[in-house]
Amino acid sequence: MPDTLIFYALSGLAILASALVIGQRNPMYSVMLLIASFGALAGLYIQLDAPFVAVAQIVIYAGAIMVLFLFVVMLLNAPQEDAAEWDRTHPLRQGGVGRFGAMLALLLVVQLAWALMRANDVSDAVSSRGDVATVSSVREVGRGLFTDYMFAFEATSILILVAMVGAVVLARQERGQ
Amino acid sequence: MDLRFAVQLGIIGLTFFMLINASAVLVLAERKIMGFMQQRYGPYLVGPHGMLQPLADIVKLLFKEELRPKAADKWLFNLAPILSVAAAFTAFATVPWGAETTFFGLLDDPVSLGVADLNVGVLVIFAVTSMGVYGIVLAGWASNSKYSLLGGLRASAQMISYELSYATALAAVILLAGSLSVREVVDAQSGYWLGFIPRWYVFLQPVGFIIYVIAGVAETNRAPFDFPEAEQELVAGYNTEYSAVRFALFPQAEYINMATMSAVATDLYLGGWHGPFLEQYGLGWLWFLMKVGLILFTYIWVRWTVPRYRYDQLMNFGWKWLFPAAVINLIVTAALVLYFNA
Repeated sequence: MPDTLIFYALSGLAILASALVIGQRNPMYSVMLLIASFGALAGLYIQLDAPFVAVAQIVIYAGAIMVLFLFVVMLLNAPQEDAAEWDRTHPLRQGGVGRFGAMLALLLVVQLAWALMRANDVSDAVSSRGDVATVSSVREVGRGLFTDYMFAFEATSILILVAMVGAVVLARQERGQ
Repeated sequence: MDLRFAVQLGIIGLTFFMLINASAVLVLAERKIMGFMQQRYGPYLVGPHGMLQPLADIVKLLFKEELRPKAADKWLFNLAPILSVAAAFTAFATVPWGAETTFFGLLDDPVSLGVADLNVGVLVIFAVTSMGVYGIVLAGWASNSKYSLLGGLRASAQMISYELSYATALAAVILLAGSLSVREVVDAQSGYWLGFIPRWYVFLQPVGFIIYVIAGVAETNRAPFDFPEAEQELVAGYNTEYSAVRFALFPQAEYINMATMSAVATDLYLGGWHGPFLEQYGLGWLWFLMKVGLILFTYIWVRWTVPRYRYDQLMNFGWKWLFPAAVINLIVTAALVLYFNA
């Protein structure tokens, strides 16, 4: 019973914080709320007996990536967005864009529903490999990453490298212009 | 409530109490040692030899008026010091400070001296210390002052840069021990080589230990890496606008972080509570305290000996020397572990 209560508390916190991220006018608050949402997700991973994933979530997302976000927001020192100005001029407020966004949101809901209906099959597949503690141990996660999912892992690293090179190219000052 | 549970609660309370006091004792130690290094006595008036000076400081700070700049962001300004201190305390949660003990036969089952023992303990310490940067960054931003903002920016850049070397140095120790649990890493260091050299990882990982200590100084924002609050350039950096208790929380977090860094270094490199003589009487934690004290003294010693670097020197050193050294150390360690285990 306490497990269920904690689950609902953490999920509620995650959903509420994520919703508020979009609702904030001040980007600094959005960053902090996103961190709270990541923290709640880490709590959910712990409930799933996956402490390594939970800690990785905190280290990478809450610890590293969000610090960079915060850094950028601070450097821009973004002012609070002017509500009236935003309503009038922003390209995202135009009808066609709004309809496209609604379509994407609908697609996401359908995908989520489909994934949730399939959830039972997936959990069977995982539990067939051994007990939860073994499957979620660091050793097994590492072995999986560097054997079964080697291609996906390396492809992701190349993707990140491309993004890095792109950032360097964009940030570099062109000489002689 | 059974006895074992009560004892476990007592140990947690004791850990918390020791951490709170660590900051007071460290403030006094720092001022005394600084005084002796500069050929003066340091605080001398409150209590015998100035021993009660921290108490007087705390009482003074409690009764001061709390000021908040009008243009400051109310919520984040209040949240920042709380985040700093909370992260500092939480980071100690997975650091054990003594062997499992029955308190000289008082209990049936041994309890562990320490708050919690997780099988990903080393990573938890790393995760929570990386959260500590938010307190400083938010303090810098929310104050709405250019000195504070510069201090906060410097803190975030510095901590991101040195966290990498710090984590990579720790990874080499984890490879040697084959476990992410701090207690198991400490227990892997018991015993002796050739009968007299203790099997501490500092002898297997001398480079890693040096990298860890240097990155630890940078992570706790202490001189010679105290750029977030460099007083000659930034008044007081990120805590310029803070006063009274909110101000007191930042130095407290800094001193608790120092204690945590030293405790982690003791557990992972200096064999934790393992040492001759005391251990067989169940007093291994005295060794732990002595080793932590030695590292803390080194921290204070360095602060009053080495002048502050320039900011670009800090970044160059972190990225061009410390991080490559840590990576090479990790690769060599991994190769050797593979060779000797195979």
